[in-house]
Amino acid sequence: MARAISTNKKIMWTSLAWGFGLVMFFPILWTFLTSFKSEATAIADPPVWFLFDWTLENYTAVQERSNYPLALSNSIIIAVGSTILGILIAVPAAWAMAFVPGKRTKDVLLWMLSTKMLPAVGVLYPLVLLAKWLGVMDSRILLIVVLMLINLPIIVWMLYTYFREIPGEILEAARMDGASLRNEIIYVLTPMAVPGIASTILLNIILAWNEAFWTILLTTVDAAPLTKFIASFSAPEGLFYAKLSAASMMAIAPILIMGWFSQKQLVRGLTFGAVK
Amino acid sequence: MGRITLEKVQKKFGEVEVIPPLDLTIEDGEFVVFVGPSGCGKSTLLRLIAGLEDVSDGEIRIDGKPATDLPPAKRGLAMVFQSYALYPHMTVRKNIAFPMKMAGMDQAEQDRRIAKAAGALNLTDYLDRRPGQLSGGQRQRVAIGRAIVREPAAFLFDEPLSNLDAALRVGMRMEISELHKSLETTMIYVTHDQVEAMTMADKIVVLRAGHIEQVGSPLELYKAPRNVFVAGFIGSPKMNLLGGSHAAAHDCTTIGIRPEHLDVVASGGTFTGRVGVAEHLGSDTFFHVHVDGIAEPMTVRAGGEVGLTHGDTIHLVPQADKVHRFDDKGLRIA
Repeated sequence: MARAISTNKKIMWTSLAWGFGLVMFFPILWTFLTSFKSEATAIADPPVWFLFDWTLENYTAVQERSNYPLALSNSIIIAVGSTILGILIAVPAAWAMAFVPGKRTKDVLLWMLSTKMLPAVGVLYPLVLLAKWLGVMDSRILLIVVLMLINLPIIVWMLYTYFREIPGEILEAARMDGASLRNEIIYVLTPMAVPGIASTILLNIILAWNEAFWTILLTTVDAAPLTKFIASFSAPEGLFYAKLSAASMMAIAPILIMGWFSQKQLVRGLTFGAVK
Repeated sequence: MGRITLEKVQKKFGEVEVIPPLDLTIEDGEFVVFVGPSGCGKSTLLRLIAGLEDVSDGEIRIDGKPATDLPPAKRGLAMVFQSYALYPHMTVRKNIAFPMKMAGMDQAEQDRRIAKAAGALNLTDYLDRRPGQLSGGQRQRVAIGRAIVREPAAFLFDEPLSNLDAALRVGMRMEISELHKSLETTMIYVTHDQVEAMTMADKIVVLRAGHIEQVGSPLELYKAPRNVFVAGFIGSPKMNLLGGSHAAAHDCTTIGIRPEHLDVVASGGTFTGRVGVAEHLGSDTFFHVHVDGIAEPMTVRAGGEVGLTHGDTIHLVPQADKVHRFDDKGLRIA
């Protein structure tokens, strides 16, 4: 039965939600506006809102001063690469935990999650030493592996949750039908888990794309992704808000567009199993 | 071929013994029904045979060959699940083809068998649909189709009809029986419904708490139940079980009289009581009769048109040679 809601209440909640949404969105809007201002207008006090001379000079400057295509391709390779690697490891892991749980499965899951509570900086030193020793500093492969490891707990957890929703009898039927473990995963489990795997992939690409701590610290030039690209505009020569904003917009645009187009899938995936 | 023998098969979940050591032989081509109240271990026993559960001790042989440690796929058995367990992302055709694909059968043979199974199960028009677009009965047929194309040594059915409505259930019961007649393959069928057991089985295995209470043909079980449990479980409506002085009159602890073995007489009789609920089935009428000194109402089968109504007095006489007698351990006295 629909609950009766008075018009006043509706107006109140609607404006509250819009207000909240705008506050959340404001930093992106402000960055967007600033990226089209001159450096002088960008730091004007009081701030100028929409009535300024819109200019593309920041975007041109950013392009000239650094290698955007390289950073973009690095970002894509690292985000997609770490996601694929993570999925390849997480699907069998989540399968095992969902369908043949042992006594300690819950503990393993919690332990995996607990690694997310560890301050990243705590393992920075050993990781850098290890990377240097292996000669892989500033390489894409290093970032692919590191980001995969960082996001692995989340991938495993998400997949575990999706797999748990698949009725065990169907997998038993596959076993009776002569499917080996490999075939069971390839022909039965994976196709049924596609919506869940798809949203896990999307979320993980977004997480990997936005990861800044490791990508900034473990790269210099060759493997530097867009996060490093943004950071390079904030540093030594002083603050260039307009150029920094332009660089930020260029860095977040691809993932923002991807997120926009896949939001239906993302929301469906994240609420999968919550409503039956 | 499909002769299945269980020798001292035992199943424990942790410390809990679900199935105490048990021996059973299922002959080739037999239709065997495992029946018992819920939680009696009948499904577990089926899953042990299927290989979906590991036996804790004992040995399972299929056609004389040890199968205890074989994975389900290697046992040559096909199973139909209660929930049908169809692959939701595959069409009916692909569902049926799946076991053959896994076996690496060539495409022409696969197509031939699919066409044959679909024809036999009235699924020809639905081959390109997905399970989600089918009714319950059709899904059940697909599950059966998936099982028969493998030409297994034996079919295992785990309460396959319990998700269907009553009318469909009777129809599918007939279809499965027909299938058994035409394939002549061993079938093991698990149900809690003794009517299904009686109507379909060559041999019924009555289970309680993991123990086999009795094995026999439906009529053997009906005519000569080995103990009070089987007597009360097999037959619908239930056998009237009486103790006390009524049993003492027959030199035993419990007597059992089936509803159809009580005759209604004009006066006198062994039992005199009042008619309670009357169930009119048209061909028969079942009266629930309240007799003084007997806690539960007795059930009596009478003809379709007996002029008795609620509250009337009724006189009953058991047919002397049809009274079942049980001793103080609940076992049948011959």
